[in-house]
Amino acid sequence: MLSVNVLKRRGDFTLRASFEAPTPGIIALFGRSGCGKTTLVDIIAGLLEPDIGTVNLDGLELSMPAERRCIGYVFQDARLFPHYSVEGNLRYGLKRATGSQINFDDVVSLLGLLPLLARKPKQLSGGEQQRVALGRALLAQPRMLLLDEPLASLDAARREEVMPYFEKLRDQLSVPIVYVSHQLDEVLRLATHIVLLEAGAVTAQGSPTQISLQPSFQAIAGREAVGAVLEGVITDIDPVRRLVELQIGRGKLRVAAPNAKPGAKVRVQLLARDVILATEVSHGLSVRNAIVGHIDTLLPEDPDTQLAHIDIGGAVLVARVTRNAAEELQLRPGMAIWALVKAVSLRIL
Amino acid sequence: MIGELSSAEMDALRLSLEVATRSVLFSLPFAVFIAWILTRVRFPGRTLFDALVHLPLVLPPVAVGYLLLLLLGTRGPIGHWLNEHFGIVLVFSTAGAALATAVMTFPLMVRSIRIALENVDRGLEAAARTLGAGPLDRFTTVTLPLMLPGVLAGVVTAFAASLGEFGAVITFVSNIPGKTRTLPLALYTAIQSPDGDAMALRLAILSFVLGLAGLLLAEFLARRMRNALGR
Repeated sequence: MLSVNVLKRRGDFTLRASFEAPTPGIIALFGRSGCGKTTLVDIIAGLLEPDIGTVNLDGLELSMPAERRCIGYVFQDARLFPHYSVEGNLRYGLKRATGSQINFDDVVSLLGLLPLLARKPKQLSGGEQQRVALGRALLAQPRMLLLDEPLASLDAARREEVMPYFEKLRDQLSVPIVYVSHQLDEVLRLATHIVLLEAGAVTAQGSPTQISLQPSFQAIAGREAVGAVLEGVITDIDPVRRLVELQIGRGKLRVAAPNAKPGAKVRVQLLARDVILATEVSHGLSVRNAIVGHIDTLLPEDPDTQLAHIDIGGAVLVARVTRNAAEELQLRPGMAIWALVKAVSLRIL
Repeated sequence: MIGELSSAEMDALRLSLEVATRSVLFSLPFAVFIAWILTRVRFPGRTLFDALVHLPLVLPPVAVGYLLLLLLGTRGPIGHWLNEHFGIVLVFSTAGAALATAVMTFPLMVRSIRIALENVDRGLEAAARTLGAGPLDRFTTVTLPLMLPGVLAGVVTAFAASLGEFGAVITFVSNIPGKTRTLPLALYTAIQSPDGDAMALRLAILSFVLGLAGLLLAEFLARRMRNALGR
């Protein structure tokens, strides 16, 4: 459990952050630029002192100076030591660490660093630099890892190159990770817990599934990205039609997925604009999925549209409907409803 | 007219090199320390302190030499104490020449080291900190290696300038052959003597060559080191 309760004033900006997040896993700090994300991770790392408050990790109060705190930090700009080789950089923290649970060769192979060891940082691409920075932080045997927008300075291709390493880290090591980002897709793909920061305050937090239903999250994500994030298990594969069947809550959804394994857990995003509501299902539709559920809540989004949360049993979908449609179908909380979803509109994260 | 160097000229050259070496070795640790304070520590009176450090650049060298004489002469407050307790006499000695030179070239060295220190990315020090490096560890493994090209440039520049220091030396430690008569003092002496033209010219050329070589060496070393540091 990471529990943060701090206050920090800097000029006319005030950070007042308070949250508790489960560990291990990836805790994403999500928010717009300037909302205080970096200030908060600097406080967790010990590079900044909070005016008031404490940070606790698994029952241990983090109040020691940064150099004795054992919190790994991967900065946005990598910050590799230019006068050391890649290997020298990797060993910098290792030499000064007390434990040695995470060993050099494992990290080198996990992050694919073997061909880079003899190089100097300036001879590396941006993505390679971030991988080295990640390895260097890991080898310092951290209690926790802070990643401050580690992909922000990379282009889309480099991002795709580094992202799988973060997933490996999440799935193979038990080191808790705090991941700072203002990129929605990164956060939805990697996070196990999301903390939403707005103007220096935590406005929402929870699992990606929970947070995707929060209005404050939807406001930051933007109208086009409003939708449910769902956790599912692949139950069946149709290799001919390249469709897989996903068990989500009590509902089953068919999804277009080129390479998936049965039994695999996947996270999918279903945008509110892609869900059609119907009071009865007629035949002859191209839609692959029709799930029955009931309307949990119905909230106005703007003067013309409403967002309906559809409980399908163990999972909630979000559908955007026009006010006009809502009136015609006489939508109201509690009523039974069909949700129609095209197989292609479910996006595996 | 320009032939071999005479033994008096060789003495002057040797003495100049010795004075410059001692002066640089003596002032280097202080210069690093003062540069660090001026860059990293905020304290009241910092601007005044900065000005005091740079004062030798603008003061007449003779005034600096005279001040040293007042303070460090055998009857001066510090000089008397040094003589009484340690038997150290700085006036009329090679050590005194080195000290006077060190004071005069100190601002040059501080300036160069300070610029180097200002250019060290504080973010790298923060990174070292999160990797478990304490203050001294960070300074020796990150800050110092990264500012080394500037330190080296400062050392060579100060060394080259030390070879030519005249006013402060002649005022503080006089013009004693073999003890305090460095190149510029020997040059001055040669100009003063009726048949010293050839010697003066040789010494002037020697000074010119040494100065130029020093500056070129500084640039060369700084460049090589920047490459070694991966910039």
